[in-house]
Amino acid sequence: MFDSLSSRLDGIAKRLRGKGRLTEADVDEVMREIRTALLEADVNVQVVRAVVNRIREHAIGATRSKALDPGQQVIKAVHDELIRILGGETLRISYAAKPPTVILMAGLQGSGKTTNSAKLASWFKAQGRQPLLVGADLQRPAAVEQLRTLGAQIDVPVWSQPTDPVQVAADGLAEARRLGRDVLIVDTAGRLSIDAEMMDQVRRISESIDPDYTFLVIDAMTGQDAVQTASAFHDTLEIDGVIMSKLDGDARGGAALSVKEVIGRPIAFASTGEKLDAFEQFHPDRMAGRILGMGDMLTLIEQAERAFEADQAEQAAARLMEGQFTFDDFLEQMQALKKMGPLSGVLGMMPGMPKELKNAKIDDDDLKPVEAIIRSMTREERARPELINGSRRSRIATGSGTSVAEVNRLVKQFSEMQKMMKRFGGAASGGGRKARRAGKGSGPNPFGGLGAPGQTPNLGDLESLFGGQVPGSDPFGGLGRPK
Amino acid sequence: MDDMTWVYLLLVALVVAFGVGVVLLGRRRTRSAVESVEVPPATQPDPAVVPDDDERVGDLESGDEAVVDVADEAEVAPPRSMRDRLSKARSTLSGALGSVLGRSAIDADTWDELEEGLLLADVGIGVTTALLDPIRDRVTAKEIETPNELVAALRAEMIERLAGADRTLARRIDEGPSVWLFVGVNGVGKTTTIGKLAAREAGAGTSVLLAAGDTFRAAAAEQLETWAQRSGAEFVRGAEGGDPASVIFDGVERAASRGIQLVLADTAGRLHNKQNLMDELAKVRRVAEKGAGVVTETLLVIDATTGQNGLAQAREFREATAVTGVVVTKLDGSAKGGIVFAIETELGIPVKYVGIGETIDDLVPFDATEFVDALVGR
Repeated sequence: MFDSLSSRLDGIAKRLRGKGRLTEADVDEVMREIRTALLEADVNVQVVRAVVNRIREHAIGATRSKALDPGQQVIKAVHDELIRILGGETLRISYAAKPPTVILMAGLQGSGKTTNSAKLASWFKAQGRQPLLVGADLQRPAAVEQLRTLGAQIDVPVWSQPTDPVQVAADGLAEARRLGRDVLIVDTAGRLSIDAEMMDQVRRISESIDPDYTFLVIDAMTGQDAVQTASAFHDTLEIDGVIMSKLDGDARGGAALSVKEVIGRPIAFASTGEKLDAFEQFHPDRMAGRILGMGDMLTLIEQAERAFEADQAEQAAARLMEGQFTFDDFLEQMQALKKMGPLSGVLGMMPGMPKELKNAKIDDDDLKPVEAIIRSMTREERARPELINGSRRSRIATGSGTSVAEVNRLVKQFSEMQKMMKRFGGAASGGGRKARRAGKGSGPNPFGGLGAPGQTPNLGDLESLFGGQVPGSDPFGGLGRPK
Repeated sequence: MDDMTWVYLLLVALVVAFGVGVVLLGRRRTRSAVESVEVPPATQPDPAVVPDDDERVGDLESGDEAVVDVADEAEVAPPRSMRDRLSKARSTLSGALGSVLGRSAIDADTWDELEEGLLLADVGIGVTTALLDPIRDRVTAKEIETPNELVAALRAEMIERLAGADRTLARRIDEGPSVWLFVGVNGVGKTTTIGKLAAREAGAGTSVLLAAGDTFRAAAAEQLETWAQRSGAEFVRGAEGGDPASVIFDGVERAASRGIQLVLADTAGRLHNKQNLMDELAKVRRVAEKGAGVVTETLLVIDATTGQNGLAQAREFREATAVTGVVVTKLDGSAKGGIVFAIETELGIPVKYVGIGETIDDLVPFDATEFVDALVGR
């Protein structure tokens, strides 16, 4: 998400770069573009107006100033404004002194309340809590069955009875106390914010259970109505935070920006996939970085820490530096990477990824042929790719259901990569291990060899590492060209 | 863990860069090979398919003689019209353009408010500009002088752009079952729409079968089964997590063997940027026609609250399944569903039905004039 927003801002930045002076016309043009970019991302009209006005003030100030690069100042104003809007702390859940901590889920039909109730329960369980789910959606056919099925999948009990939603919620609270569950999550029926009767019902549910947190579930694909809906729910229920659902789509999530700006409540969680563990706390500052193309290093590292085995990773990296990286190592790391979630998500968090790569449609299944090819190699072939001659190639192609050309490509690129890594390993202040040791704390940057001294590693450098130097071996070379 | 950080990053970067690079390079090669092949026209009209006329709306001109005679329209039509139901939403929210009316002259504020009104309705900046620019010229030429005329001109222009579309739901005139396939992202209301449409069709005397092709979401089949019971439709389901294509195939076969005319096929909600899920959907559509059935409609269900992402949804679903029409749901809320205006006028996919409430008869044929009036707030 947000891709188009950040790429548009990039485009503006490029054109302004190096401009000695900004004219009024320049400013007008830039403001129009920023406005269009925000509107296309579904940022609320009123929020857009306020944001653009603030940026314009900065920009006009910049045109008058004698500063060297007024264009840069405009870009900075845009960045600052986005960070201000998105900014703020991650919501910290404080648990009720007298359990259970009660959570009420509310939202429009189809926003994802039931699924996210289960995901939230799963999240609490991972925090060492013992949640109880209560199904108070007696409206939609089979909503309670859905919750029960999800509850069984994550091993969290679900309680409901076919009476009245207010009654179910109240009894559910009593049940949680009786069972000694310390978190209670109440799923409610979807309702329109203009449906007075249903809004009154959810208000009565809220009164009967007195929730510690009331979360509004909002679909990331929502348009201008998000603000209307959020304000109406906030007026009725005192929302504490928003759960953004379906954030794994390609919606630009302007609704997210707007809701926070209008009701002043943070986005607490985001749902990022269909699996029940694809659910995480929302970190506004990290998201701001992601929008502005700075990547999301913190989340990436957290996920990597969970996915990779520390020892194995260290060994693999060392072998990589010494040019002894084998297909087996690669396969192993690929399996670990898979645990980090969908590849497209990982790509989005990478700093300095080329735009073409970020926007490319990557499916995890796309990597299957690569895996199949490697798995069709013998043990020796994996360790010593140079063994792979013509007849071995055709055997591997047949075994993996691919073509000889594909096998060729993989083998060729792998050996190029090995060479590159060896060279780079040698360049990095005398060998991998030493460099890494030195990298401890604030020592020399182990990525020095990548040509980005003192900075975060930049994939753009990796790209040049693969591309350009050897004709015909550039994995990224053609991506920039329009179709 | 600090010194490990860079190790992780290096490995992630390496695997991603290498793996993805191989994939993309391969893809680029195959694509360029494929592109030289002539692509046949996307959809060819099935000779056995004609539009039916029991759900005609407004200014429909196609009065095909060969059409089967179905039950009287008056019996079928639900008591509520789009206007009745939308008025509720409209009274809550004063029309987006209402404030423009009654002013004395057209000035910069008038234009801003018009534009803002359309944007707030999710019409989108591109379409909004394209709508307003020609009218702006007419104002400059003094053809339009008052704000009231301005709004009238805008309304007329919007209705004009929605005119002439075929909004009927097609079905076969021969014996075999027609299949209406329902697709869309998660949570837009596919299952509910099928339930309501089943009641409508059954009420009109059509024999209906519901096929629970959503094998992914927990209890989706139970939800559809409840709707089947309410409308007295046949019902076919498979195992949870099973193959959706085979469930729908079974549904079509059962319909064919029992002489059921219409199969309404549910599918799991899916985000349109998940390529594997879109491929699965394309397969579902193909398999639905393997046996006795013909897919005469593929209906994309769009939630009225959807923003500009709706265009991307429509594009991707159309590519995967040759979408023939849009059903817009939840239009009884505060959202005005302007994105379907953009979808119809930009992509040429007609809006066919509108969901305006939770009860079984709250699904009505789309009426362009009503829709535009609700949107511009007259």
